[in-house]
Amino acid sequence: MAEHTPLFMIENLHAGIEGKEILRGVNLVIERGEIHALMGPNGSGKSTLAYVIAGHPNYEVYEGRILYKGENVLELPPDERARMGMFLAFQYPTAIPGVTMANFLRLAVNSVRKARYGEDKALTPREFRRLLREKLEMLRMDETFASRYLNEGFSGGEKKRAEILQMAMLEPEFAVLDETDSGLDIDALRTVADGVNQLFNSNMALLVITHYQRILNYIRPHYVHVMLDGKIAVSGGPELAEELEEKGYDWVKTQYAEAAS
Amino acid sequence: MATPEVELKRLGSEYAEKYGFRDPEQYVFKARKGLDREVVEQISWIKNEPDWMREFRLKALEYFLRRPMPTWGADLSELNFDEIVYYIKPTERQGSSWDELPEHIRRTFDRLGIPEAERKFLAGVGAQYESEVVYHSLREELKRLGVIFVDMDTAVREYPDLVKQYFGTIVPPNDNKFAALNSAVWSGGSFVYVPEGVRVEVPLQAYFRINAENVGQFERTLIIVEPGAYVHYVEGCTAPIYSAASLHSAVVEIIVKEGARCRYTTIQNWSKNVYNLVTKRAAAYRDATMEWVDGNLGSKVTMKYPAVWLMEPGARGEVLSVAFAGDGQHQDAGGKMVHVAPYTSSQIISKSISKGTGRASYRGLVKVHRGAHHVRANVVCDALLLDEQSRTDTYPYMEIEEEQVSIGHEATVSKVAEEQLFYLQSRGLTEAEAMSMIVNGFIEPITKELPLEYAVELNRLIALEMEGSVG
Repeated sequence: MAEHTPLFMIENLHAGIEGKEILRGVNLVIERGEIHALMGPNGSGKSTLAYVIAGHPNYEVYEGRILYKGENVLELPPDERARMGMFLAFQYPTAIPGVTMANFLRLAVNSVRKARYGEDKALTPREFRRLLREKLEMLRMDETFASRYLNEGFSGGEKKRAEILQMAMLEPEFAVLDETDSGLDIDALRTVADGVNQLFNSNMALLVITHYQRILNYIRPHYVHVMLDGKIAVSGGPELAEELEEKGYDWVKTQYAEAAS
Repeated sequence: MATPEVELKRLGSEYAEKYGFRDPEQYVFKARKGLDREVVEQISWIKNEPDWMREFRLKALEYFLRRPMPTWGADLSELNFDEIVYYIKPTERQGSSWDELPEHIRRTFDRLGIPEAERKFLAGVGAQYESEVVYHSLREELKRLGVIFVDMDTAVREYPDLVKQYFGTIVPPNDNKFAALNSAVWSGGSFVYVPEGVRVEVPLQAYFRINAENVGQFERTLIIVEPGAYVHYVEGCTAPIYSAASLHSAVVEIIVKEGARCRYTTIQNWSKNVYNLVTKRAAAYRDATMEWVDGNLGSKVTMKYPAVWLMEPGARGEVLSVAFAGDGQHQDAGGKMVHVAPYTSSQIISKSISKGTGRASYRGLVKVHRGAHHVRANVVCDALLLDEQSRTDTYPYMEIEEEQVSIGHEATVSKVAEEQLFYLQSRGLTEAEAMSMIVNGFIEPITKELPLEYAVELNRLIALEMEGSVG
């Protein structure tokens, strides 16, 4: 019998920036059909992990592997990872002046589609417009969004919605949502979460990075991990998130300190 | 990462494939190298010109020989006037259908897509090959409305009164060394006349092609837009790649009369051995609008500052300039606005991109004459640097002799941020695609002013420059 290959796996990952180690041995296994939440206080290394998974060039990997569909993606540039079906919803999306959402998305969607489904699977302009309209509707976004410049002058909420819109268009198999809840009011949070839930299916997996438990009321995780000092200190079920909300991160710190000693 | 030499080669090979091919030299007449009185007289004789034009040329030659090389702007020290051929006559006669052209010339313009563009979206086309315009067309309905669109040599013969009245009045032969050179050896170029109240809604296009090595092209264009009329004139240009320098030195003169509007769009894509030293100037009268849309991608060196003289109240001038300086290129470009009359307004928007050893300079002038009160002028120049090596500089000159004026000036220099590249790459775009998307976004305020076909062309040319830029 062939050995089972998880969709996504991190093995003993040590990484950092400018010689400063931030991640100190992260291990994580995520299967298709699963939603994992990664929680932790500020500065624990959550966003670093998101960047390293996506392949940000400023981050250095000192040790370990990140396997996506069994392939170590650490040697691949970010665009190849994206074309394999990985996606990162940014905490702070960058503005690209002069580039409309629609033009950008058409190029992105088609390069990903061609790589994943075959050269002839690019969308015609007509098919693309239809898909875009459908997804905009799903996220309750105005159609004029398509002709606005990418993230330029977007409100915090618009930026987060625009990230989920991109996810909807690119149909990733593994997506990391980095603090997608930050800066959202409760209505916007609900819309975004609804969108994510509609996109989620048993063939894909999500890693939801968040500081607060709030978003997990809407996007229900199967597993919750708590990151402290660049390591996953505790893992558990959804109840762990609630416990954290109640007791705070200091409780984990004490627990973790005890476990470590 | 490829070395600059390898990159240059790669870029070169891509340009070579699309524009840089060359035809064998099959000419009716080719002047000897170098420039003197004899060569000028020869050109005039071959063209069978009236005496006044021959005198005009000879006078201009004197100015050219007397004037020193400009010591400002780009480095012209490698430009050797003795090594250049100043006149080449490619065919015996001009065609009004493409079939009439010699096979190799027809094929050239086919490959450049000119006949196709003509069928699809142009009202008239002029195609210049070396020194002469080999093809010309204008839609019948425009001819009936009295619109004239012919090559300049034909205009001298067929519309002598109009030509004599305006030729050399906007850019006098002694204006600068290269205007003097053009005035002495000019050949080809366009003559456009739009009668009062006539609106030419579809663009007229001229395409300039240099084929031979070490050759100079000196077209001369004169556009007269009568009161209330409108025209959009577009020019494009390419050349094969040679190691020896070629010279392109044009003069463009435009007269925009009361309430008229003229837009002049250039997509300059000369190969990287061409010195492109051009004088472009328009005079705008009461309530008239003159717009220069100037895209400079090619050439080794470009020095070009399209100008508008705002002669009467209500006149408006605009320059939209995009310059892309890749490895080994120096784009010294900008615009000039000269406010002669009160209640005139102008805007210069310049966007430059520098890559590798490329250097883009903005050089511009806003001049407000005494008495030209209530003038509004605005200058915006933005530079984008694509890497550590590339260079940009700004020379915004202001000469304001009047107090009741409103002058604005903004300049920004930015670098392509790593965060932008990473963001786009994380969506599946390659580094080159991400880079050209950022650059296209940067110049979008200008491309959105272009007819769709030219905007697409400009974006495509930039994508071409980006390929091979990342290793």
